[in-house]
Amino acid sequence: MDIKESVISILASNKPDVLARIAGTFSGRGFNIDSITANITRDPRITKILITTHGDQDTIIKIEKQLNRLVDIHQVTDLTSLGLPLREMMLIRMPMTGENQDKIMEIVDRYRGEVIETGAGYGVLELAGNKEDMDNAFAALEQLGIDDFARTGSITL
Amino acid sequence: MKLTGSQILFKALHAEGVDTIFGYPGGSVIDLYDEMYRQEGIQHYLVRHEQGAVHAADGYARATGKTGVCLVTSGPGATNTVTGIANAYADSIPVVILTGQVPTHMIGKDAFQEVDITGITRPCTKHNFLVRTVEDLGRNIREAFHIARSGRPGPVLVDIPKDILQATLEEEKISMAVNLPAEPSRESIDGACAEAISLIKASRRPVIFVGGGILRGKAVSELRTFVDAVNAPVTASLMGLGAFPGTDPRWLGMLGMHGTYYANMAVSHSDLLIAVGVRFDDRVTSKVAEFAPNARIIHIDIDPVSINKIVKAHVSIISDCREALQRLNTMAGGRVLLSEDQTRDWLDQITKWKRAVPLGYCRSDKIKPQCVIEKLYELTKGQAIITTEVGQNQMWAAQFYHFDYPDTFISSGGLGTMGFGLPAAIGAQVAFPDRTVVDIAGDGSIQMNIQELATAVHYNLPVKVVILNNSFLGMVRQWQEMFYGKRYSQTHMKQTLDFVKLAEAFGAVGLRATKPEEVEDVLRKGLETPGVVMMDFQVEPEEQVYPMVSPGAALTDMKLGNLRQEAD
Repeated sequence: MDIKESVISILASNKPDVLARIAGTFSGRGFNIDSITANITRDPRITKILITTHGDQDTIIKIEKQLNRLVDIHQVTDLTSLGLPLREMMLIRMPMTGENQDKIMEIVDRYRGEVIETGAGYGVLELAGNKEDMDNAFAALEQLGIDDFARTGSITL
Repeated sequence: MKLTGSQILFKALHAEGVDTIFGYPGGSVIDLYDEMYRQEGIQHYLVRHEQGAVHAADGYARATGKTGVCLVTSGPGATNTVTGIANAYADSIPVVILTGQVPTHMIGKDAFQEVDITGITRPCTKHNFLVRTVEDLGRNIREAFHIARSGRPGPVLVDIPKDILQATLEEEKISMAVNLPAEPSRESIDGACAEAISLIKASRRPVIFVGGGILRGKAVSELRTFVDAVNAPVTASLMGLGAFPGTDPRWLGMLGMHGTYYANMAVSHSDLLIAVGVRFDDRVTSKVAEFAPNARIIHIDIDPVSINKIVKAHVSIISDCREALQRLNTMAGGRVLLSEDQTRDWLDQITKWKRAVPLGYCRSDKIKPQCVIEKLYELTKGQAIITTEVGQNQMWAAQFYHFDYPDTFISSGGLGTMGFGLPAAIGAQVAFPDRTVVDIAGDGSIQMNIQELATAVHYNLPVKVVILNNSFLGMVRQWQEMFYGKRYSQTHMKQTLDFVKLAEAFGAVGLRATKPEEVEDVLRKGLETPGVVMMDFQVEPEEQVYPMVSPGAALTDMKLGNLRQEAD
């Protein structure tokens, strides 16, 4: 069967051990988590967790069933079939000097990012978009010398 | 009025109808034990090792259908329960494990007798709680019981810091109301049941395969009605023994690695397998690709995870077994779904298989372990509650004691835990003080929780232990003989241990049989003697369990030893 990327959305009780239970459900059954993001919902007792994973349809169904077995989980939804685009975000700190500033700004503009902080000879960039764009932007900026960066997991609705 | 955490805990246990606890005190739960000293209506059994406490609570739960309860201290007390918890989890047994924990302000500081027991047991409990405030305590206890017994049952652990047991709370502030997320809603089963009925009507070679779900779901009489309607033979997993009478002519015996020849042949040649309350364990299916290759499969189970996990179902009914069978019986409307005419050829074929290779063994001048079980069956008239250890003793018990009644075969199925049988027998005997409870053991596994003999004697629980003593770790030795060139690496237990003296040292009665003609007398005397009795049967050391499906082979590929000759 086809291996593809899937996005699973989980509504869970906002408790300290919930993430460990979810991670354990993946690791204990040999499923891999590609990316994970979590945030508290409008109801502070509930957390929304988005997980991307790879597997065939059978595996994804097994993961959903296993997650549904967890007591603290309210709802599990496979968002993959809904077809909404996935988005992720990067923060990148890199040297910004007169020399490379134009090149950096060209890349930032191309990917509709922005410079959110500048200091003595450096800047911090914020970029958001689909995975492919982020990979490309990152590769281009890497050639100009990245100091440090952070990248989120994928989110969608 | 203010109540302490300890008092709140007992209030919650009373509300759950708990009257029996298996436990072992320690520093973190000393306040709880102090409160127990004043409490009425709760009988506590002091085990000799915390693993014994969980197995006893597990045995009690299997024998009664109620939720078993055990109580231990933090640290090593808690870690000693882990095997017992995993055992209950593998067999879906409702047990609530109460563990003490170091005081809240000490957690995470490597305190004396501190372990992260909720972390350790997360993969082997249905759920667990670390109680965070005294306000949560009563509710968490009630939630633990609710989770343990609802849906597919399982063990639930509640870890309670010492300061929470000591804290006090105004009585009116105590909340015991369960507050858990709703379970995922289920589709109606009507459509699937209707599909199942039409598959049954179209079948000519049906087999009904039942498991522990029938027993946990209390669906024994519904199963009987269903079998009458389908006119099909019935087989079971190890966990399903007792769900259908072992003396009924439609009974095929157990399925799988040490299942009967005719059960394995029937399933392999069936055109319809109706699987009820089973999870298709690898000891049942063996080679999945060749399991029931010609059959449509109807799978009824309460846990959606079990469906299509190992074997693809053509029709799946996600439901409590009793509800599903009731629905199917209602749809059948008291009429047969398959007439005797329609299944006659199939049933004739099964009779031929039964005659060709029945269960059996060859007599010799040594005691045959199978003979001990047969005699035990005769003398107890099939009325005993049987617990087992794990290995050959367990398989012979499953093959030669014909279980007619539910909840009379108590055995570690999924996890295969040596040392389960004796404490489980204690739990069953506590539940039914007037019934005969027998632990069928091997000389290896009985030593794994032998200390619980002291518990049985302490409380005058007249458990009878039948040791099939072959001086070997018999099942591993059998594999070594069959698949590892008879290299008996570390399986010979030079048995210098005198089980008769050992029994006497514990204050029990010890008996021994070394010759076949002594078997009946020793069993009779052992069963008639009041109190705890341990019987040492020195059996043929290299006896094999037959049939045996080689690991990974198809079910039809059985080693039969000399069983086939028996029929000629």
